[in-house]
Formats: sequence, structure tokens, C-alpha cells
Amino acid sequence: MRISRSAALVLGVISSAVMAAVYLPLVIVLINSFNNSMNMDWPPPGFTLDWWVKAFGSGGLMAALGTSVLIAICASVVALILGTLLALALSRYKFFGQESIGLMVILPIALPGIVTGLALNNAFRTVLGMQLSMATVIIAHATFCIVTVYNNVLARLSRANRNLEDASADLGAGVFTTFRLITLPQIGSALVAGGLLAFALSFDEIIVTTFTAGSGVETLPIWILNNMFRPGKAPVVDVVAVTTVLISVVPLYFAQRFTRETAK
Amino acid sequence: MTSNSSVAGAAIAVTPARRVSSYLYNHAKLRLRLLIAAPVFWLGLVYIASLLMLLITAFWSIDEFTGNTKVIWNFDNVTSLFTDALYSTVTLRTIGIALGVTVVDILLALPIAFFMSKVAGPKVRNILAISVLLPLWASYLVKAYAWRSVLSNKGVLQWILEPLGLNTPGYSLFGAAITLGYMWLPYVILPIFGGLEKVPGNLLEASSDLGAKTFTTIRRVILPIILPSIIAGSIFAFSLTLGDYITINIVGGANQMLGNLIYTNVGTANNLPMAAALALIPIAIMFVYLGSVRRTGALNNL
Repeated sequence: MRISRSAALVLGVISSAVMAAVYLPLVIVLINSFNNSMNMDWPPPGFTLDWWVKAFGSGGLMAALGTSVLIAICASVVALILGTLLALALSRYKFFGQESIGLMVILPIALPGIVTGLALNNAFRTVLGMQLSMATVIIAHATFCIVTVYNNVLARLSRANRNLEDASADLGAGVFTTFRLITLPQIGSALVAGGLLAFALSFDEIIVTTFTAGSGVETLPIWILNNMFRPGKAPVVDVVAVTTVLISVVPLYFAQRFTRETAK
Repeated sequence: MTSNSSVAGAAIAVTPARRVSSYLYNHAKLRLRLLIAAPVFWLGLVYIASLLMLLITAFWSIDEFTGNTKVIWNFDNVTSLFTDALYSTVTLRTIGIALGVTVVDILLALPIAFFMSKVAGPKVRNILAISVLLPLWASYLVKAYAWRSVLSNKGVLQWILEPLGLNTPGYSLFGAAITLGYMWLPYVILPIFGGLEKVPGNLLEASSDLGAKTFTTIRRVILPIILPSIIAGSIFAFSLTLGDYITINIVGGANQMLGNLIYTNVGTANNLPMAAALALIPIAIMFVYLGSVRRTGALNNL
């Protein structure tokens, strides 16, 4: 198929325009974090560094950041273990109910977050009589993070060379040794990429979190939501917003690098 | 396993670990069971069981004095979904916004994905792929908040539109729809881009050799191949909009979507059975949707 120059130009213009529109709001937030108007009037009447100083001096904010990181790490670890086990099972065996299990993994992200959140809230509180806490948030986050690890590992396993495992067994290695020396190195990069995605997914999550967090548990997204409507707090929220976007660039870079290595 | 077990030619020392390993090696079914036990236990018991309990809770009621959920079986909550005008208005509004957002996102995503995959050189493609991914990683709240600044009466949109004699849509349903469409766009672009990357180039050449014009090739060769990817993208945009209640709080003014009704019933009203009954609506819609697209293979593209 030949794409005429004019068609390519039109497509290029549309793509650039949409991408510009995607970045415009984020740039506005960046500029507003230096805007010296309390209500973020546009154009900014003047610029200041006050909000940045205030944000990093806020104890509540730093505590929320710590909570988010802790929850994201725990949820990612659970997701890494369960996602890898599932990917190994579904790629290496044919069995009854395989398709249903595949559907079960994607369901937590295919259904709206509010359904997942409400279902778990109801199960924890009404059915099990549990108090909502940080543990309930971790359980909920791990549930929808499994799929990111599972997808990455499954894709990697489908391209991995099965003969190596057979060779390892023929040479006398047991199932654990083969996994440690042959399978694990092959899926290592997929685990890193899947784990980073799971971390980011959990770190950013707000809907399921509001339904499963105990009253004392404040994650960073909950902090942002609580402070967004408070008078005078908006500029500090801008600073947090800019910082979280900047922080997300680092794992993105690594996930990209590892997925590209995985694809080789 | 141990260092002295690998002496050349010698019989391998039978450690307990080695015995377990040999047993597992000879019992493929047991290996499978051990692998799937934990994940299936988690997904089945934590997730599927919770979903089922939610369905059941919709048919319970609450004690009017204590506010606790009580096991009194009744259809009141579920019938009220059909009889209460508020519920049907909000449901239709939510479905309308979700459909609109999904369609607009697909229309925007197709040319971008096509440009990335078939027009741009490898360098531009990489830059575009990263620029599409980056906002996906920017926090959901940050994006909603960014639009709150943009749409505000004193915000940048008003500043741009005022000289043209126009006004910002402000905090309204339209404002919420723009924001939602903005947030889910990367989720729609990526699967479509992935699908286009898998379209073999020689198929397109064959089509043009046989006399098909560009548009015919797109319609009769490319679109049928990438349909599952388009559907995969639409599942994200549609499902994410269907359950949203935070964006509409931030940029939607006083308007409500289904998610708001569910949230109020969990929080302020403390009526879990009613919240569960309301949640049946998005669940039913998504199951019909997922069920009807299952055959296209879209679910493997998620």
C-alpha cells in the first residue's frame, strides 16, 4: 500500500495536534505550580517557589507518599508471585478450565474499578466482619496487579526456547534447578517490566483504594483528592502533581528498556 | 543440589529436595496443580467469591435502626432500579457518556496509531510511543486535576476562547466527557498500535497490487485484522468511564454518574445492599459487552 505524501502529512498533523493537546494540561499544571495566585488564575499574575517549599515541608504529604510506596511494593510482590505461577501453568499445560482462568485474571481490570472496590468492601466488612486497614488495600491492589505480571511473563514464555529446559533435565537438573538456572533468567526482564507496571498501577490507584482503605490509611492519591478542594491547598496539589509525573518517568524508562530487551 | 552431588559419573546423592524434584518431574498433573493452586485460590476466593457475594447482597436489606446489613431477602433494591426515575436517568446518562467517550477516543486513536505504525520512521515511532505511554503513567488524579485548572472560569481555556467570543464549558457533563476521553486515549491508542504492528506489510502490498486504493485497503484489509485490537481499546475506555465517579466530582459540577450513586450508598447513606444493586448495572453491561466480543479474540489483546 502506498501512502501519498498528502495523506502522510494530514496524519502527521492530526497526530501532532492530538499529542500537543495531551501535553497541554500537564504543562499548565507545571506552570501553575509556580503561579503565585492562590486560585491559579490564568495568565499567572506572578511566579513563586513558595508552593514547592511548602509541599516538601508537609508531614502529612510525606507520610502519604510513604504509605503509597509501602502498599505498592507489597501488592507488586504478591502480584509477581501469583502472576508468574499462573503464566507458567497456562503456558506449559493444556487443561480443562484454562480459558476461564484466563478470563478470571483480566476481570479485575476489565470490570470498572468501582465494582471491584465495592465487591471487596462488601466481602471484607459484611461477609468477613473485618475492619478496613492497610492490609485490605494491599489485597485489593494485588488482585488487579496480577494481570500485568501475568501478561508480561506469558508473552516472554511463549517466545522462550523450551528445548533448553528439556536439555537441562536431560543433563540431570531437577525441576527447581531448571527453574532457577534456565527459566528464571529467561523471564527475568519480563518480571522487572511486569513488576514496575504493577507498582505504578497500585501507586496511582484511587477508586478501589477509597473503597478498601481503613479510615487512618491515606495514600498519595487520597491525599491529593482530600486537598484538591481545600481553599489555598490547590497550588501545593500542583507541586505534588508535577512531582508524581516526574517520578513516573523513571519506571517508564526502565519498563520500556526491559520490554524492548524482552522483545529481542 | 549440594556441591558433592555432581561428581562426574557418580550416582547423584538422594537429598530430600532431589526426591521431591524427581517426584514432581514424573507427575506433570501435580506440578500443574501446585502452580495454579495459589493464584486460583486468590482470584477465586478473594475476587470471584466477592463478586458473587455482591450479587447476593443486592437482595438483602438494611436494618433501619442500626444501619447494619441484614439478611432479609427481597427484591426491593433491584426493582427500584427499574422504577426509580433517578436511577434510569443516571444510568442512561452514564452509558451515553461512556459510548461518546469510547467512540471519540477510537476516532482519535486510529489516525495516530496508523501514523505511528505505517508512516513514521523508527525514530519518530519510538518518540511517539514514549509520548503516548508517558501520560498513561501520569496519575489519574493529576490528569483530572489538570483539566480542573484548564476548564476553570479563570483558566487557560477561557483565556484562549474569550477573544473568539466563546466560553469554556466549565465544570459540566461536557467538561467531564472531555476529561474522561483525554484520560483513556492512551489506553485506546496502545492496543490499536499493537494490532497495526502485527499487520504483515506484504498483505498491504498484495492488496495494492490487486488494484485496491488506500482507502479500500484500510477498510477491507486493515480494519478486519485490527478489529480485535480496537475492541480491546474500547473495553478500557468504556469500562473505565462506566464506573467513574471521581472525575465527575472534580470537573463535572453537580452532575452525577452511576459511580456517584454507588459511592453515596456506601458512604453517607450506608446502604450496601442498594449500592450492590446499583453495581449490578455496570456488571451486567460489561458482561454482555465482554460476552459479545469474546469470539473476536479481543480479550487476548488486553
